Amino acid sequence: MTGISGAHRVSAHSGHELIVTAETRPFFEAAARGVLLLGHCADCGSFHYYPRPFCPHCFSDSVDMREAGGWGTIYSFSVVRNVETPYCVAYVALDEGMTLLTNIVRCDIEALGIGQSVRLVTDPDAGDVALPLFTRAGRPG
Amino acid sequence: MSIRGKAHIAGAFEHPCRLALGKTTPELHAEVARGALADAGLGMADVDGFFCGGDAPGLGGVDMAEYLGLKLKHIDSTETGGSSYINHVNHAAQAIAAGHCHVALITLAGRLVADMKEGLAPPSYWPDDTPGRGFETPYRATTVAMYAMAARRHMHEYGTTGEQLAWIKVAASHHAQHNEFAKLRKVVTVEEVIASPMVADPLHRLDCCVMTDGGGALVLVSAEVARSLERTTVTVLGAGETVKHLDGGRVDLTFTGARVSGPAAFAEAGVAPSDIQYASVYDSFTITVLQTLEDLGFCEKGEGGRFVADGNLISGVGALPLNTDGGGLCNNHPANRGGITKVVEAVRQIRGEAHPEVQVPGCTLALAHATGGSLGSRMGSATVILGSADA
Repeated sequence: MTGISGAHRVSAHSGHELIVTAETRPFFEAAARGVLLLGHCADCGSFHYYPRPFCPHCFSDSVDMREAGGWGTIYSFSVVRNVETPYCVAYVALDEGMTLLTNIVRCDIEALGIGQSVRLVTDPDAGDVALPLFTRAGRPG
Repeated sequence: MSIRGKAHIAGAFEHPCRLALGKTTPELHAEVARGALADAGLGMADVDGFFCGGDAPGLGGVDMAEYLGLKLKHIDSTETGGSSYINHVNHAAQAIAAGHCHVALITLAGRLVADMKEGLAPPSYWPDDTPGRGFETPYRATTVAMYAMAARRHMHEYGTTGEQLAWIKVAASHHAQHNEFAKLRKVVTVEEVIASPMVADPLHRLDCCVMTDGGGALVLVSAEVARSLERTTVTVLGAGETVKHLDGGRVDLTFTGARVSGPAAFAEAGVAPSDIQYASVYDSFTITVLQTLEDLGFCEKGEGGRFVADGNLISGVGALPLNTDGGGLCNNHPANRGGITKVVEAVRQIRGEAHPEVQVPGCTLALAHATGGSLGSRMGSATVILGSADA
């Protein structure tokens, strides 16, 4: 573990290298348990992402973190190809109205399209902390 | 207080080198400063205001001021990446209008390509405690991939095509063939852009700008100083700037900060997009130009693809001659920061000193716009409108 100014680099089993601070650790610990946390403001009622100790929409400090449902649709994506193993970077629009940056994993990244349904997945090898990742999935029911 | 007509660009210089092996970054800053001051007919002792971005090594502009031997009344190290230098033009004009300085020097320089060849680490502007970094860097979201997502979303919402984006590169290459200093001088076709390797879809290699060393500098002066100079000066008519970001997760990648900076600059200058005879628009990637042109009001939102196609950006061919030096896509992108070369070519156009093959006849009104950061997340956006001394 190395780091500066309270930010630490943590190698996760998935091969991702996380950057974790005291402020963000609860978020990444939740992700390791398969839970996606969003910031939520008690004053204006808005969600925000990434979570922070105040609301970026109204600057209230009456905020907490709430569990997202884990479902969303692809807002945009790109497959990085100038590497040995191409991978997909995407913005996913969550049902809660927030859009977040992620990777689409464990599905055919050559068959992706804007508007497709995706759901949160947990890294099965996650340690104490992990990144929220998404995969293609049809809605239940 | 308006800056309209209060400050004048008297010196503009673009470093001719594209690979700076054997030179340090401070040395390159000194070389571009010397070039711009010589162009203006001024000396370092005349400078009382200094402006630099994050490419200048040291504590803001403090170390560079000592290195250059400056005696200052005004210092500004605004750092917004590639757009910093158009922020600096705006801020220098404000400082001159307020009487805080009379001769303002703006410099940009870098040697990223030389660093890579020598196995040196490039400077990093985003330490790990940068807000939001932990939510992006681990996903390996490369610069190209972030711009690519803006391009794909624009394609999805407005039907923009890869061929339309390619026309922006084609126009740049048509201009660059006449620039003896340009990194890439070969004229390319839409087909060649589309056939170039996909870096991060939908952006191909030829949708991406060049990487170069060198830099550029500008000298802005008060009306009083301008009158004392023999050199033709260019008048700052208006400017605007903003930061556009992800807004706490309310993400919209289909527009840029030019939506704010453009109207502010046009209002201050008292002109409309249809009045502009020449435009320098930051072209880190083809999509950067397309979205910016829409947001500046050169066409309706969503019409950018049709606007840039069929040579409409080629000088002597289309309605809006753009980046006639070959831009970042073909000519120069020193330190991965295109802001200053945008102003330099606009100054050349208004002075009538662009290459004869790309000079806009009777050019008296031009726009320069720069983007710093990323279309795919957060960016600085800065616009300046320039006119001839009698405009």
